[in-house]
Amino acid sequence: MADVAVHTHDEVTGKKAWEGGARPFGASYGKLMMWYFLLSDAFTFAGFLIAYGALRISMPSWPVPDFVFSTFPGGFHHKPLYFVTVMTFVLLFSSYTMVRAVQEGQRENKKGVVFWMVLTIVGGLGFLGCQAWEWNTLIGLEHMTVTVNPFGTHVESGIYLEGDGHEIKAGDTFNAGDSYLIHKHGGEWEQLKYKVTDGPDAGQEKMQAFGPKAFGALFFFITGFHGFHVLSGIIFLIIILVNVMSGLYVERKNGYEMVEKIGLYWHFVDLVWVFVFLVFYLI
Amino acid sequence: MAEVIKYNPDAIIERDGYDDHFHDHHHGDKYQSSFINHYVFSMDHKIIARQFLITGIFWAIIGAGMSIIFRLQLGFPDESLAWIKPLLGKWIVVDEAGIGTLAPEFYYALVTMHGTILVFFVLTAGLSGTFSNLLIPLQIGARDMASPFLNMLSYWFFFLASVVMFYSLFLNTGPFSGGWTGYPPLSALPQASSGSQGGMTLWLISLTLFVVSVLLGGINYITTVLNLRTKGMTLWRMPLTIWAFFVTAILGLLSFPVLASGFFMLIFDRGLGTSFFLSEIFIEGQALDRVGGSPILFQHLFWFLGHPEVYIIILPAMGLTSEVLSVHARKPIFGYKAMVLSILAIGFLSFIVWAHHMFMSGVNPFISNFFVVFTLIIAVPSAVKVFNWITTLWGGNIRLNSPMLFAIGFVSMFISGGLTGIFLGNSAIDIQMHDTYFVVAHFHIVMGIAAFFGMFAGIYHWFPKMFGRFMSETMGKIHFWVTMIGAYAIFWPMHYIGMAGVPRRYYRFDTFDAFKHFGEMNQFITVAAIIVFAAQLLFVVNFFYSIWRGKRMTTRNPWGATTLEWTTPIDAGHGNWEGKLPSVHRWAYDYGKDGEEFVDQITPMREGETPGDGH
Repeated sequence: MADVAVHTHDEVTGKKAWEGGARPFGASYGKLMMWYFLLSDAFTFAGFLIAYGALRISMPSWPVPDFVFSTFPGGFHHKPLYFVTVMTFVLLFSSYTMVRAVQEGQRENKKGVVFWMVLTIVGGLGFLGCQAWEWNTLIGLEHMTVTVNPFGTHVESGIYLEGDGHEIKAGDTFNAGDSYLIHKHGGEWEQLKYKVTDGPDAGQEKMQAFGPKAFGALFFFITGFHGFHVLSGIIFLIIILVNVMSGLYVERKNGYEMVEKIGLYWHFVDLVWVFVFLVFYLI
Repeated sequence: MAEVIKYNPDAIIERDGYDDHFHDHHHGDKYQSSFINHYVFSMDHKIIARQFLITGIFWAIIGAGMSIIFRLQLGFPDESLAWIKPLLGKWIVVDEAGIGTLAPEFYYALVTMHGTILVFFVLTAGLSGTFSNLLIPLQIGARDMASPFLNMLSYWFFFLASVVMFYSLFLNTGPFSGGWTGYPPLSALPQASSGSQGGMTLWLISLTLFVVSVLLGGINYITTVLNLRTKGMTLWRMPLTIWAFFVTAILGLLSFPVLASGFFMLIFDRGLGTSFFLSEIFIEGQALDRVGGSPILFQHLFWFLGHPEVYIIILPAMGLTSEVLSVHARKPIFGYKAMVLSILAIGFLSFIVWAHHMFMSGVNPFISNFFVVFTLIIAVPSAVKVFNWITTLWGGNIRLNSPMLFAIGFVSMFISGGLTGIFLGNSAIDIQMHDTYFVVAHFHIVMGIAAFFGMFAGIYHWFPKMFGRFMSETMGKIHFWVTMIGAYAIFWPMHYIGMAGVPRRYYRFDTFDAFKHFGEMNQFITVAAIIVFAAQLLFVVNFFYSIWRGKRMTTRNPWGATTLEWTTPIDAGHGNWEGKLPSVHRWAYDYGKDGEEFVDQITPMREGETPGDGH
C-alpha cells in the first residue's frame, strides 16, 4: 500500500506542499518515520540524562572523570581522557564515512556505497571494542560494578596512616577534592586509614569511604544503553549493506534511501554519545 | 431524506477525483488473499481498528468487573463473598462459619489492575487505537496508513502486552498490587509485597511491550496525517477528529519514551541491585543497603508520561464528540479554528503540568506554584471547547439518537469533572484533597466516564462504517440513560466523602470512627456501580448482536455527514475507494449552507460561494 502512495504522490509534487495530494518537503514516509522514532528515542535518553543529573546533584561528592578514566591500553596510567578521546574520534569518524556512503548513494554509485558503509561498520565495531576494553578495565581491574563504586573523593584534608603498596605511602598527605581508588586484594577491599588534619573532625582517624553507588550504576546503565544502540545500528548497517551488495536498491532508483535512513539513525547515535561524553567524562 | 437518496459520491469522484492508478497494483487483493491475512494478521487499517476495539472491549469487561468486586468489598464489608470463590480461588478466604472474605492484598491487586487496564488497555489502545486506525486514512482520503506493516505490528505488540498482563492475573503471588502508578519502593523491591514479585515483573514487561505498540502506532498516525492527505485536504480542512488523533499521537510519541526510561531503570533496580529509585529503606526492621536513589525521580519520570496520558485519553474523545455533535445537530462546528488551536494548546500545556500529581510527594512548594499556574491555564482552552460544543448545539436541528446522546453526555461529564480539576490544581487545596475520594471522583468523571462517553458516541456513530449495520437504538438509549444517571450516582457522592477526608485505596472504612458513618453512602455507590455495569453488558450484547443481526445499512451516508469516510462503498475493501481517490474542495462542516442540509467535502465550490471557517 505504501508503494502505491509513493507512486501517486510523486506525480503531484510541485503543487503546494501542504494542500494535500503531495508530500510536504518531498520527504518520504519512511524518512519521516525514522525522524519521529529518533525524536522519541531522544526523549528516552533525555529521561536517563535528567535522572543522572538529579541523582548526581543530590550527592555530596562525585568521582572526578580525569581520575576515573585515566588508563590506556598497554598498561599506561595517568592519561586522563586519552582513551575516551580515541573512542570518540572513532565514532565521529564513522559518522563522516556514513555521510560519504549516503552521498555515494544519491549518486547511485553502488561501489562507493559499499566501500563507505564497510568503513562505517568497522568504525562502529571499533567503538564497541573500545567500550568493551573500558568496561573490562573498570570491572576487572578496578572492581567497579553497578552496586559498588570504589572511586572516592576526599571531602577533607588529611594524612594517610598506611599505604596501598602502589601509589599511596603512609605519611602522604591529601586535600579535600583529591580522588582515590579503593583497591581489592584477594577478595578483600583495602580501605586505607587516614587522620583528618583540618575541619571539625581534625585529629580523628577514618577509613576511605566508597564513592556514590549511583556513579557505577548510571555509568554502566547509560553507556550500556548507548552501546546497545550502536550494536543495533551495526546489525542494521550489515543487513542494509547486504541488500546494497545484492543490488536490491539499484532497481528502486531512489538514491539508496534505506542507506540514508540508517544514516539518520547512525548520526543520532553519535549525537547521543556527545551528550553521554559530556556528562560522564567532561563535567 | 431526499438528499440522501440523490446522493451519488461515485459520480463526483469519477469526474473530479484523482487517479492514483490503484488498480494497476492490486496490493489490496494481495493483502486479503486468505482468512489469516484478512482477519488475523491484517494490514488493513479498518480490520486493525476492529481488532483494537474488540480487544479493548474484552479488557473493559475485565477491568470493570474488578471494580465491581472491590466495590462489593467497600459497600458491604461484612457480607460473605464466598460465592465469588469459584472465580477468585484462594483470594477469597472462607472461615469456619462459611463467611468468605476478600484477601486484603488481592483488594490492592484489583485496584491496581483496574487502573492499569482501564488507563492503558481500554482508554489508550481501545480508544485511540480504534478510532485513529479507522478514521485517519478514511477521513483524509488515503488508501491506508503510511506503513500498514508497522500498523499491524502495533496491534500485535498490544496483543502481546495483553497476553502478558492477563497471565499475571493468574500468578500464585497475584498481579502487581502497588497502584497503577507503579511507585517504588513497592514496585522496585520484590520482597515489599506479594504482588511486587512475579506480578510486577510481568507488569513491567507488559507495559514495555505496550510502549512499543503506542510508538509504532503513533509514528504511523503522524506520518499518515502529514504525508498522505488526498488532493485538496489542507490541514485546515481536516475534521476535528483528525486534529485530535494527530495531537494525541504526538503526545504519545514524546511522553511514552520517558516512561520507558523510568521502566528500564526500575528493571535494573529490581533485577541488578542498583538503587536509582531507592534510599533509606527498612524492611522488617532491617535497613537495606540500597542508598543514594530517589523515589521522587521515578514519580517525575512517570508523570511526565502520566499527565500527557490523560490527554492522550481525552483528546480522541473530544475529537469524536466534536464530529458527532456537528453531524447530528446538522450545524457546522462552532469556532472550528478555535477548536483546533485549543487542541494544540492543551497538547502543549499537558507537558508542563506533570508535577501537580506530586504536590504532596515532597516537591518544593515554590516549584509547585509554577505547576499550579500552568495547570489552571489548561482551563482556558478546555472552556473554549466546552462553550463551542454548547454553541454548536444551540439552535441546531438535533437528532437525539444514541451517538448524539453520548456526545452530549460527554460535554456534561467534561464540565462536571473539569470543574473539580480546578480545586485539585491548587496546591493549597490539594493538601486536604489529595489521595481522597475527591480525586477518585474527579478523574473518573473527567477522563474515565467522559472518555468512555466519547468512545460510545464514536462506536454508535461509526458502527455502520465498521460493520455495515446499525446498532439497536432502543438498547442504545437504555444504555445511555442508565449510564448517564448511574455514573453521576456513583461519583457524585464520592466528592462529599472525599471532602470529608476519606482516603482512597483503603480496604474498608467501617473500622474507622471518622469514616464509618459513610457506610450507607458506600452501599449506594456500590449498588449504582452494579447497575451501570449491567448496562455496559447490555452494550456488549447490542454490539455483538448488531454485528450479525443489526439493521442493514442501505445507503452510504446514513447520517448525512460531510466527511470522506461516507463516500466509500458500504463494505469497502482494502484501499477504501474502488476507483479514483476523492478530491477535497471544502472544510468538513458545511451543514445547512445555502439552503442545503449538508454539502460533503468532495463537492466542488460553487460560483460565488464563500468557504467556511476552514480554508
